Amino acid sequence: MCDTCGCASEGGAVLRKPGLNDYHVHISESGHNHEHTHEHGHHHQGRSRTLVLEQDVLHKNNLLAERNRGYFEARNIFVLNLLSSPGSGKTSLLEKIIPALQQHIPVAVIEGDQQTTNDAERMQALGVPVIQINTGSGCHLDALMINSAVKELELHDNSLLCIENVGNLVCPAMFDLGEALKVVIISVTEGDDKPLKYPNMFHEADLCILNKMDLLPYVDFDANKCRENAMRVNHHLEWFEVSAKTGEGVDAWQDWIKNKLKQH
Amino acid sequence: MHEMSIALSIVETLDAKAREEGAGRISGIDLVIGKLAGIEPESLRFCFSAAAKGTLAEEALLAIEEPEGLGECGECGITFPVSFYYAECPECRSLRVKIVSGEEFVIQSITIEDQEGE
Ligand SMILES: Nc1nc2c(ncn2[C@@H]2O[C@H](COP(=O)(O)OP(=O)(O)OP(=O)(O)O)[C@@H](O)[C@H]2O)c(=O)[nH]1
Ligand SMILES: [Mg+2]
Ligand SMILES: [Zn+2]
Ligand SMILES: [Zn+2]
Ligand SMILES: [Zn+2]
Ligand SMILES: [Zn+2]
Repeated sequence: MCDTCGCASEGGAVLRKPGLNDYHVHISESGHNHEHTHEHGHHHQGRSRTLVLEQDVLHKNNLLAERNRGYFEARNIFVLNLLSSPGSGKTSLLEKIIPALQQHIPVAVIEGDQQTTNDAERMQALGVPVIQINTGSGCHLDALMINSAVKELELHDNSLLCIENVGNLVCPAMFDLGEALKVVIISVTEGDDKPLKYPNMFHEADLCILNKMDLLPYVDFDANKCRENAMRVNHHLEWFEVSAKTGEGVDAWQDWIKNKLKQH
Repeated sequence: MHEMSIALSIVETLDAKAREEGAGRISGIDLVIGKLAGIEPESLRFCFSAAAKGTLAEEALLAIEEPEGLGECGECGITFPVSFYYAECPECRSLRVKIVSGEEFVIQSITIEDQEGE
């Protein structure tokens, strides 16, 4: 049972808004019956029969992600999906770039965490529209969550939407949300072999941000080696080295986003 | 554990499919999980038995085919088996390798049993 409204909802993802304690929306699939399978024939053999499905396991998510993508394109909303291990600095980087980007374009944020509205509160403090998705036991955002969140968020045409995924380098890589680009963030306090250990994530990403560069003198981390490892997994990967704390390198990344917005 | 949410979504899809077909239970499920799909088959099996409790798929046998990864060199054009995303071309040592197969993750087929007494 949901402890906010007492409804029968078990687990499942919930949308929240910072400061509005009573506001919450349960994400359910009702009304989303566009699942279909590709059947290539039924073999009736008495009481047992085999159905050939040849269905992509992520088919449902992929279809919904494409619908999201169509919606974003129609309204010219540029969407970034930010991915990293817990604590690499996704929220800190957003805090750094949003005030400057807001001068050019309306910005909105979707925050994904298993629990709490802490990150959404940090975004609200910047004065941007934000919605928190609490995934409960879920370890990633999916296209249905984004579809529901977008309906609760007043997005402007010609704007930027940043989605901070749940801190996790494994399955968020598999779930397309309908974003334009995937941004993977690692920090120098992690291992420089991270791209080799979590290749799917680095393979799927469009750009990689190496964060916490201010700590480089204090840790045993080889930035060049890390970059080489990342390039081995994905030679199209764009690469930025920044510190969300000191602001070092953040301008270059910001300019890159502004350029993308122009081309978009 | 991401295999758990994957297992739940497979069970949910197949349980609905089997009900739609009027089946009493699902006896077999054939999956194809490429070696590069980012899914650990053993972990998926483990999660599957938990996810399938109380559904039509509870007693289903899971058969998993695991096709090898195949890469194509962007420099010299040859095709060769790869087991990681960070493959190197065995001919020219180039790292510009495009993955051409091994990423599939597909429910190939299911076997369903009619309800008792039909
Ligand atoms: N020294 C230093 N600390 C940083 C930097 N960026 C972030 N941090 C610190 O790292 C911690 C985690 O930062 P967050 O921005 O909350 O990380 P996150 O990726 O949003 O974390 P989750 O949402 O929990 O996955 C905080 O204590 C930040 O102050 C940086 O560039 N340098
Ligand atoms: Mg955060
Ligand atoms: Zn509720
Ligand atoms: Zn289809
Ligand atoms: Zn997950
Ligand atoms: Zn070659």
